[in-house]
Amino acid sequence: MIKLNPHTAEKLAKGVIWTVALMVIAVLIFIIVFILYRGLSVINWEFLTRIPRRSGREGGILTPIIGTLSVTLLAILIAMPFGIGTAFYLAEYTKDGILTRIIRFCTESLAGIPSIIYGLFGFIFFVQILDLKWSILSGGLTLAIMVLPTLIRTSEEAIRAVPKTYREVSFSLGGTKWQTIRKAVVPSAIRGIVNGLILSVGRCVAETAAVILTAGVSLSMPKSVLDSSRTMAVHFYQLVIEGISMTNAYGTAAVLIILVFFINVVANMLINRFVAKGR
Amino acid sequence: MNRNKIIIKDLNFYYDDKQAIRDLRLNIPANEVFSVIGPANSGITTLLRTLNRLCDLTPGTRIEGEILLDNKNIYSEEISITELRRRVGFVFDVPTPLPMSIFDNVAYGLRLVRRKNKKTPLESVETALRQAALWDEVKERLKSPAMSLSGGQQQRLCLARVLALEPEVVLLDRPCSGLDPISTAKIEESLTELKKQVTIIISPHNTQQAARISDRVAFMLDGRLIEEGANIEVFSSPKDKRTSDYITGRFG
Repeated sequence: MIKLNPHTAEKLAKGVIWTVALMVIAVLIFIIVFILYRGLSVINWEFLTRIPRRSGREGGILTPIIGTLSVTLLAILIAMPFGIGTAFYLAEYTKDGILTRIIRFCTESLAGIPSIIYGLFGFIFFVQILDLKWSILSGGLTLAIMVLPTLIRTSEEAIRAVPKTYREVSFSLGGTKWQTIRKAVVPSAIRGIVNGLILSVGRCVAETAAVILTAGVSLSMPKSVLDSSRTMAVHFYQLVIEGISMTNAYGTAAVLIILVFFINVVANMLINRFVAKGR
Repeated sequence: MNRNKIIIKDLNFYYDDKQAIRDLRLNIPANEVFSVIGPANSGITTLLRTLNRLCDLTPGTRIEGEILLDNKNIYSEEISITELRRRVGFVFDVPTPLPMSIFDNVAYGLRLVRRKNKKTPLESVETALRQAALWDEVKERLKSPAMSLSGGQQQRLCLARVLALEPEVVLLDRPCSGLDPISTAKIEESLTELKKQVTIIISPHNTQQAARISDRVAFMLDGRLIEEGANIEVFSSPKDKRTSDYITGRFG
């Protein structure tokens, strides 16, 4: 082992950390720029507002956009109450015991399962057994289960990160448990919870394997949540894998990136506007 | 001597197996400043926390004995814990403002009860801030974050937050540790003024402070009450050698 003097070690550490960080940022920026460069030229008003024709060779991507938004929205709406509720239960309403250990073990196991397994489960359970067919509903339910572990874990961490003193102060002023949670814990935890939601939205929007097996690949306009619809991720997967149109695949990818970016920005704006007051 | 506001009968308190308070008997008269002094780990914080049942929040604790507030046992079934905590306020040893505005901090407790009439309790907030000797420093910026105040101001804000509920008893757990002398003086001044209306039980951060502000003083060691009496008696002629050792600074 070579012994460095502290000054050299300091410089070396700084250099290594900077290099690593810059490389990561460079790769990310490269990917985004590359896709936007290849995709942006395809995007115009018609691309966004027309239904795909000839399997996506022509026309736009209106139905995949609607498919993505509806499947994601449905998944988040279903997962949110259960995920956040479970997180509050784990963090506030129970002591560590057998039950919490079971819940944690299950969520952690669920988090590690590849999404194709969720797809398979969704296909057998929702599509076939419950006879929901390939539909936005089947896809939404499947994705809801898929994002639950993320949502529970991020929310629980956010709730646990709220200083204990806030709770003590609220109780000491005669607050009930629910008042304490609502007025002293939630305002401080909301940012972390919303971050968990955004993360979940990202996973839903990007998911391919689980939705292709549950929401199907239909390109026609869905009339209800019981209709099949393909998402953007599925759409460009199909475009590429079946050699239909690389140009339109890049266009779809670019729209997807912009959408995720947009969701992030809006969510942060909402938090800053409504929650971050007084701190 | 005034009537007894709080009567503690044979109090024992345990954290799991560790006993923090042993066979404590104590009468605390109304409208006085009552100091509980002693070295760290003597059970003083625990004692204060039992008086408004904040100790209930710590898992694995056990309590024996009775604590009477106006002759009613606060550990009996009929007592509403939330109401008890409004009657018996608590100021923590470190300033604990909530991450909201100065105004919202003081109004926090008020809003927990007065949900229906949505009117902002401006007058109550002002009175409380005046009582805590903070009004003049913050009246221009009630909407700014409480975290922007200095440590001493934050602690007075915490006192105001308790006073806004018009409590009957205020518990202060080393409220001036780490505060500047001016804030400390202001808090002491407030307390002296406040005892006309409320009973004050304080764990002072040193014996000098106890001597300055107390009417009565109790000395605790290892969870036991060693000695209790009027301020002058305890400080000028302590009956127990351990008390005199402590107040002369020979240990602790």
